[in-house]
Amino acid sequence: MARGIGRQVIVELGHFALVMALVAALIQTTIPLIGATRGEARWIAVSRPAALAQFAFVAASFLALIVAHVDSDFSVLNVVQNSHSAKPLIYRISGVWGNHEGSMILWLQILTLFGAGVALFGSQLRPAFQARVLAVMGALGVAFGLFILLTSNPFARVGEPPLDGLGLNPVLQDPGLAFHPPVLYTGYVGLAVSFAFAVAALMEGRVDAVWARWVRPWTLAAWIALTVGIAMGSWWAYYELGWGGWWAWDPVENASFVPWLVATALIHSVIVVERREALKTWTVLLAILAFSMSLLGTFLVRSGVLTSVHAFANDPARGVAILLILGIFIGGALALFAWRAPKLVQGGLFAMVSREGALIANNAILGACAAAVLLATLYPLIAQTLLGRTLSVGPQVFDFFFPPMIALALALLPIGVALPWKRGDFGAATQRLRYAAAAAIGIVVLTLAFVSANAWAVFFGLALAAWVAAGTITDWAVRTKLGTGSLKLTFARALGLPRATWGMVMAHLGVAIVTLGIVTDSTWKEEAALLFKPGQSIAALGYTLTLDKIEKNLPHENYTSTRATLRFVRDGRTVLVLHPERRFFPLQQTETTEAAITTTFFRDIYATLGEQRGEEWIVRVQWRPLVAFIWFGAMTMAFGGMLSLSDRRFRLGAPVRAKTRTAGAPAE
Amino acid sequence: MTRRQRRLAFLLSGLGVLALAVTLVFIALGDRVLFFYSPSEARERAVPAGETINLGGLVAKGSLTKPGGAEVNFKVTDGQTDTTVTYSGDLPDLFREGQGVVITGAFRTDGVFAAVTVLAKHDEKYMPPEVARSLKARGLWREGSGAK
Repeated sequence: MARGIGRQVIVELGHFALVMALVAALIQTTIPLIGATRGEARWIAVSRPAALAQFAFVAASFLALIVAHVDSDFSVLNVVQNSHSAKPLIYRISGVWGNHEGSMILWLQILTLFGAGVALFGSQLRPAFQARVLAVMGALGVAFGLFILLTSNPFARVGEPPLDGLGLNPVLQDPGLAFHPPVLYTGYVGLAVSFAFAVAALMEGRVDAVWARWVRPWTLAAWIALTVGIAMGSWWAYYELGWGGWWAWDPVENASFVPWLVATALIHSVIVVERREALKTWTVLLAILAFSMSLLGTFLVRSGVLTSVHAFANDPARGVAILLILGIFIGGALALFAWRAPKLVQGGLFAMVSREGALIANNAILGACAAAVLLATLYPLIAQTLLGRTLSVGPQVFDFFFPPMIALALALLPIGVALPWKRGDFGAATQRLRYAAAAAIGIVVLTLAFVSANAWAVFFGLALAAWVAAGTITDWAVRTKLGTGSLKLTFARALGLPRATWGMVMAHLGVAIVTLGIVTDSTWKEEAALLFKPGQSIAALGYTLTLDKIEKNLPHENYTSTRATLRFVRDGRTVLVLHPERRFFPLQQTETTEAAITTTFFRDIYATLGEQRGEEWIVRVQWRPLVAFIWFGAMTMAFGGMLSLSDRRFRLGAPVRAKTRTAGAPAE
Repeated sequence: MTRRQRRLAFLLSGLGVLALAVTLVFIALGDRVLFFYSPSEARERAVPAGETINLGGLVAKGSLTKPGGAEVNFKVTDGQTDTTVTYSGDLPDLFREGQGVVITGAFRTDGVFAAVTVLAKHDEKYMPPEVARSLKARGLWREGSGAK
């Protein structure tokens, strides 16, 4: 009984903490903003404690919800609908954010975590500016706090507590789910910091290198999380959904990919602001757009306006509420932008052919890619409204327009890296890249000689991967003056390169690796759908496959499994044994397919056990060349981001201006 | 070039790239979108054989047969019209009679719908919105009834 009362109190405290977080957010938004306008230091000083308090209250509330789930407190509706006492502990915890209400709390938790981060680590910002940044983040906290309390309260009670819950969707009972949403949300919400910096800068009418130096690491952090989150989601889809697809251009995948494209553009353009004090207006606009896209992503996922495999059971009222929040923040920021942006002082001059020019090209292409993906994703809505036709836009559409567009960016990447700031020489840059170009052509010729493929796009794709990799290595070699002096000297020079440079090299190599993986897997993967009687052998994919046995009804914690033993024989030797499974969750009366995957450097072998048809079983086997490169490459990109983030100049408060050579010729 | 001219040049080339992208998207949309039909709409509009479409509705209760091999047959219904669907392969884990499905495929000349992919949803409480809309239009949908 005492335990029962303790539980009651925890849930009430969690609810109360959520209300208090809203109060803290209101204070964080209003008082410091008034203080910053009037120049009242004591009012400004409210900002940091308020941000920390808001974080602490949301954390308390989030913790209370986790306790309710772990304890299986079935007086809470959210627990009843999404948990079950027979569920393993890790899924009772991850189940907290495997539903709409809980995921919104997680969203708010990460927002306030970033707010606390700005409060703690932003002590070198001017207090008034920091207060404005935190005020914008506080306003987001107010909007989402109200949203949760009014439309999605996770602490809502049920009148008659049932004996047990409805359980979590079995497909979501996977370690991937425990980490994928928090990481992805960190990326989405991290862009709120860039947004807040942009809005605060517009309020003050000042964007300079110091501003860029602050925005860059926060944006990088968000970008890293987005990259990792998207890669994890793609990997999860690959091994869990049972058909081996890693990207389906599903609306929800696109909802994370569009902000990623815009954030990628932003981390490039902010470099120009930091180094050259140019592109200010555009960078501020990008920072606003990046977060707008992630809000739009939240709206698309939460409202269910687009058909998607990811949609939670949805409620139109929530969609309208999020649309309202979306309108207020995006509309407000864009209006502020239109009003204040023309007042921003323009900085450095540069020629068309220069690093700046190349980064503008990068931004234009990535921006166009983002716009194109967004348009195609929203097209079903447009068609429904304007044409009155229900239709869906499948992968075929995206596969038609996206590869050539991104190919353009990849083709320009090595050239851009080779160009100097301010004014470059196109001839000299391409001269430097002749080995890279030779490598790209060599790869194509080599591929042609060994493997047959009849699509020119494949060779083009492989050549681009080689071109990006070789171009990146060329740039690294030039920076370390490879080949002049001893290896020891080169090594010393390599160590002396700024971490940000290393980060760039790694990230661009990651791009090449992802490209290689995507092109190779898409072109040469092989698949066989086979019908086996237990004990039967069939030749497929260069092996003799034998279904040795099927074991039925193996008991597990909250499911039973049917397990196949599939033997791969080549040249009379058993080279591989896989155990694909089908799992049956009695609570939900649902079956899931559990693929068996074995990965080596060059390929994955992927096997799934299908349904039983009479005596026979459907077994699907896939051979996936270089498929793991896709996620490995994405991780390399993220690692590059982390290296860049650790660059010491982001930790130094006092901005040191890059050497300005005013003596040189003007860029005209 | 003056600063203003250069800015204009950048702006115009940026808009050029964007215009190119949008054009590309609309070319792609032109012949690659999949129209959605309920069984009744498919009959009314006389969808030609061989045209790839999405067919959506409920899996008719008691209609699922497995004649042997990888083949399965079932009927999709919107309450007025039933369409026979044939599919070769593994049905999705969440596929059940009485549940909403969206099937991509094309009608054969004999009027049977040959499925290429069968989509049932992640979430057993979830109903594809286009299926819900068409069922509502036929008066078969009660708010909150779900797909059970």
